[in-house]
Amino acid sequence: MATIVAEATGQAILHEEHEQSFLRKYIFSTDHKVIAIQFLIYTLFFLMIGGLLAMLMRYQIAWPARGELPLGGIFPESMVASGYILPEFYNALVTMHGSVMVFLAIMPMLVGVWANYLIPLQLGTHDMAFPRLNMLSFWAMVPAGILTLASFFVVGGAAGAGWTLYAPLSARPDLTGVGLGQILWLVALVFIGLSSILGSVNYITTTINMRAPGMTWMRMPLTIWSLFITAILALLAMPVLSAAGIMLIFDQTIGTSFFLPEGGGQPLLWQHLFWFFGHPEVYILILPAMGFTSEILSVGSRKPVFGYKAMVLALVSIAFLGFIVWGHHMFQSGMNPMLGLTFTVSTLFIAVPSAIKTFNWMGTMWRGNLQLHSAMLFAIGFVAMFAIGGLSGVFMASTPVDIYIHDTYFIVAHIHYVLFGGSLFALFGAIYFWYPKMFGRMMNETMGKIHFWLTFVFFNLVFFPMHGVGMVGMMRRIYDSTGYAHLQGIEDTNAIITWAAFGLFASGFLFAFNFFWSLKKGRKAGANPWNATTLEWQTPSPPKHGNWEEVPVVYHGPHEYSHPDVEDKDWLAQNERPDVVSPAAGSH
Amino acid sequence: MDWALPPNYSTFGVVIDQLFWIILVITGIAFLLVEGGILWFCLKYRGREGAKAHYTHGSNRLEIIWTVIPAIIIAVLGAYSALVWDDIKGSSNRPADALEFLVVGKQFEWNITYPGVDETLGTADDFTVRNQFHFPVNEDITILLESEDVIHSFFIPELRVKQDAVPGMTIPVWFDATQTGNFEIACAELCGLGHYYMMASVTVHSAADFDAWQASQAPAAAQ
Repeated sequence: MATIVAEATGQAILHEEHEQSFLRKYIFSTDHKVIAIQFLIYTLFFLMIGGLLAMLMRYQIAWPARGELPLGGIFPESMVASGYILPEFYNALVTMHGSVMVFLAIMPMLVGVWANYLIPLQLGTHDMAFPRLNMLSFWAMVPAGILTLASFFVVGGAAGAGWTLYAPLSARPDLTGVGLGQILWLVALVFIGLSSILGSVNYITTTINMRAPGMTWMRMPLTIWSLFITAILALLAMPVLSAAGIMLIFDQTIGTSFFLPEGGGQPLLWQHLFWFFGHPEVYILILPAMGFTSEILSVGSRKPVFGYKAMVLALVSIAFLGFIVWGHHMFQSGMNPMLGLTFTVSTLFIAVPSAIKTFNWMGTMWRGNLQLHSAMLFAIGFVAMFAIGGLSGVFMASTPVDIYIHDTYFIVAHIHYVLFGGSLFALFGAIYFWYPKMFGRMMNETMGKIHFWLTFVFFNLVFFPMHGVGMVGMMRRIYDSTGYAHLQGIEDTNAIITWAAFGLFASGFLFAFNFFWSLKKGRKAGANPWNATTLEWQTPSPPKHGNWEEVPVVYHGPHEYSHPDVEDKDWLAQNERPDVVSPAAGSH
Repeated sequence: MDWALPPNYSTFGVVIDQLFWIILVITGIAFLLVEGGILWFCLKYRGREGAKAHYTHGSNRLEIIWTVIPAIIIAVLGAYSALVWDDIKGSSNRPADALEFLVVGKQFEWNITYPGVDETLGTADDFTVRNQFHFPVNEDITILLESEDVIHSFFIPELRVKQDAVPGMTIPVWFDATQTGNFEIACAELCGLGHYYMMASVTVHSAADFDAWQASQAPAAAQ
């Protein structure tokens, strides 16, 4: 480890000696902090695109027969004809909303942004182990984004087989009318896989090899634990998706039949491969969010994380169990029902570490001194919403109940409570929390709080009623529900959901405004505006290239707040020498 | 709107609904505990000037309690679900003397092949009707589910039946309707641009009515 640190130091000095060109500093940068900010801008853009697709979809669901789509004229005739969203465009909206949100917004925002930004800073090192791979992991996302956007405008339109890409629908252009659009998305997916794999290798290596002196495994902040475990999941899961994606491209283009029964293939093989990736993916999308939440709750409650070891164990067991539950997406798929039995058991047991985490977050808040700023509100919101998403998951884990609710809006409600109420709430919290470190200025608190309350209220107005719509039996991904006898009477609810969705989307612009406004106008942050203990707060905001003048030495666990032996303040930085502060405060 | 499951008209539906409500009560209690706790903590431990938080790294006893209790509840729920699942889907529980139909999904219709008066599929008096599924009440029904092109999903909400139809596979699905009436088959798996109208009518007849209906169809289909 010593040699690596020395090398990195040498590199940092080298960088300071000759001023870098604009291109090397901001565009093709190898600085982990710049790469993180590039990822942040990229993912916020795609978050908006994904949201926009959802708005179009919601308009159609609420008013399927109305036409009159506002600004409908700006779309080509192949998407919107005389104010009506066409069914094939609706399928593309459904597919690409999910695909964009999962692969181009939430996942790279959780990992690309925060693993890059936080791992070197919280571990006390100068940069990633492989800075050039790191740069490549961002630049691999650029063609993915371009291909995705382009796919909307090719003949046949964007992919329309659902984000799960179930074959044969995804493999046979003659059955969907979508040919090139589907292939473009699959190629984009291969680039995304490449980006994710390169990033993961980097995060894992950096975490194992480049921790500052004294930064033992059990002194790592929970963000690092969660990002480290996420990287392992991504490294094991993404290659499966990439391989499956390439097989699907072959089925489409060169006449193989991996997933086509006419040529001896198996449609269910696609589902096994997809969900073998897809379920670990669900945890890739939630574990980092859990890490941010633990961190923000601890700082905001002025208390150590309750049950740190249990939190680490829960992360590890969720990751392990995450690999043996994929079949619970396939209870009604036609796989052997006996397999359903085993997958029910493993799936239900994943509820246990989730419960442990929830109770420990509450334990962290218990008898705290809660600072209810925007970041903290979003972290608390995460716990409250994740709990609902976790509990609604019990319904579908129970196979007999899943028979009825599978492929209904109940599932849509569930996944959004986890992915939006969970991941995205934690991401908003993380942005409010680490923005001052990134840019040296605070985000505006008043706007932040308004943003939280609007998001919280509209989010629940959108997704809670979907449980009800699902109970009534509304199927997912239908262009028009009004033709079904059992779906009469849900029109008003669908309209309310759509209005609330518009409000939710609009409140995102308040966040965007705050984000860009605060770059120039925000209050100067100083090194440590939250009085936080972890290493990233013990260097200037924003940190210089190389992060540290001198590599910090770690003496304490990550969350030493309100230690009774520390008298003049309620926190003890990880690198504060115990003999300077208090002899008793050192051991944890 | 009624946030409720539609009325149930099948034998399996009773226990599925029962399990749904059991889970709703259990998760409802957990929901109230967690959300109530969060709200209470937010109000009670709101930051005050000069206040100092309680310093603790956790409690092993609490960790054990909140690991074991959910694990026990989950284990019981899992065991019960597994039993019910096996009852409904286990191949050993497939009714032996059920009336069999062949249901083939294709973009965007359901084709139902009837066994005819001899009540056996694969004989000369079989006939196929598009988008109309008739069968008798209070009798074990087995459908052999197939697909011609892509994956569809056979869904009759009121009978609590759902099963994907996969090209290249023949999947048996069985159920027993407890009341006569008119329902719909919906397709629950995205299957292309006509997915939303891939619908067929379901008519559950009394035994006598079903025989009469089948007799009225057979000659027409035979021509």
